[in-house]
Amino acid sequence: MTIESDAPATSLSRSPISAFMSRNPDAAPATKSADQVVRFDDVSMRYGRGPDVLRDLNFSLPQGSFHFVTGPSGAGKTSLLRLIYLAASPSKGQVHLFGQDTALASPAARPQIRRRIGVVFQDLLLLDHLSAFDNAALPLRIAGRKPAEYRTDVGELLTWVGLGGQMNALPPTLAGGERQRLAIARAVVNRPEILLADEPTGNVDPEMALRIFRLFVELNRLGATVLIATHDQDLIARSGRPVLQLERGRISAAPPQGPAAT
Amino acid sequence: MSEPFDPQRWRPAPFLPEREARDVALIFVVAVLCFLACLTAMGVIAADRAARGWTAQLTGEATVIVRPHGGETPDAAAARAAETLAGTAGVTEARALEPAKAYDLIRPWLGDVSDLEDLPVPRLVAVTLDARHPADAKRLNAALQAQRIDATVDDHSRWIKDIRGAGRLVRWLGVGVFALIAAAAAAVVAFATRAGLAARRDVVEVLHMAGAEDRFIARLFQVRFARVAGLAGLIGAVSAGVLGAGLRFAGGGQGLTPALPLAWSDILAVVPCPLLAALVAAAAAQVTAMRLIRGMR
Repeated sequence: MTIESDAPATSLSRSPISAFMSRNPDAAPATKSADQVVRFDDVSMRYGRGPDVLRDLNFSLPQGSFHFVTGPSGAGKTSLLRLIYLAASPSKGQVHLFGQDTALASPAARPQIRRRIGVVFQDLLLLDHLSAFDNAALPLRIAGRKPAEYRTDVGELLTWVGLGGQMNALPPTLAGGERQRLAIARAVVNRPEILLADEPTGNVDPEMALRIFRLFVELNRLGATVLIATHDQDLIARSGRPVLQLERGRISAAPPQGPAAT
Repeated sequence: MSEPFDPQRWRPAPFLPEREARDVALIFVVAVLCFLACLTAMGVIAADRAARGWTAQLTGEATVIVRPHGGETPDAAAARAAETLAGTAGVTEARALEPAKAYDLIRPWLGDVSDLEDLPVPRLVAVTLDARHPADAKRLNAALQAQRIDATVDDHSRWIKDIRGAGRLVRWLGVGVFALIAAAAAAVVAFATRAGLAARRDVVEVLHMAGAEDRFIARLFQVRFARVAGLAGLIGAVSAGVLGAGLRFAGGGQGLTPALPLAWSDILAVVPCPLLAALVAAAAAQVTAMRLIRGMR
């Protein structure tokens, strides 16, 4: 099954986040808009010797598309994301990222691929001994950027996600929603070409959920390919974005596409 | 509410926590190992020097046992032997020992016997050899036989061989103990690295997902444990140095015991300890971390 999304919007709103993103020197995605940045060919996956948690998946995500993946607990949403951010390998089939079969990627190439992907983990995976600012700046440090190049940008990004007064706070001292927003800031700070989010609005109120969603939309408008795993049917319905429906490891349906969310 | 934060004054924090509760135990164990290693090094250096001193002393001397024959008196035979040896190449001095000294040497075996002078006790000639070109036993024997003197030359070669063997044994034992201690330190650090990686699996995972290379992550643990081991090495080295200085003070010029004289310079053996501890820890942490990180994939 191939799911094509509507083309990303081209106009940029001059919100603080778009200003931040447009200043980012790494902003321009390397792939062309028609490219399939993610492609699954007959992919199955299992953990150890257990049963397949994903079965015979065939789909692709064009560059600049925006999809949801949903389904009941245990359907395989997180496993699907793990395959994309190279935390797991398929037991059968091929996962292609940026036109390259990930199974053929050398150990030296895999970190470079990961740097092009931003992930909001379900359990957030914030580092408790680092401040909010250090957590958010982490991907930029890994990429070898100098602090002078991104200090201002990280500060603006944290302010935009509502953590302007909490930049020096350690994650354990933050509320659940604040931690979630910090994880999102870290995922987007390096302007990834693919943004994956696993239940990114699980711990936030509806207003913040909408704001986070708009951040994803804005990143998508700037060229990022977005895939969000969520149970939030209300968010999915309001967004009108295409959906990968997973059930027992198989893609069962792709609901009709609606108008783009704002 | 956190303190006001100025991004312009921000400095990147270390990816790994600077202090861990388990560091104290690790520092203690590595410091004890380094302390023992430093004591071993100082002991081996002192023993080696003592062995060299004894060997040098023995190689510079020979003892000749003279047995009178015919009508010659023991004293006359000894005097003739001393005169003959003194004129031999490679000999600096040859001196017949007084009979009393010979009696003193055999008295421990015979007890306090009166009339010791009545026994046919052989006379001894002490020979001092030329330090640069010493005469060997063969040459001394040849000179004595040429003068028809019945004598046995002891050039101490048997003792020298034993002392050299003992010196070698002490050196190799020292190297062995040192290697064992280094291996134990490496094992402790490897164990600590394993525990550290297990405890900081979250850091490894986040760094991995953010695109950090295996070597980059392993290096974090390498630097961290090298620092901890370096500090522990410093503590162990200073402790051993203080103990060595105390022994030197207590024993004066010859150290605590004349058999193992400790010199001030021996205490310098502790200087490389912190660096060596850091290098061993860095290697152990690097190997362990790389293996574990690859296993996490």
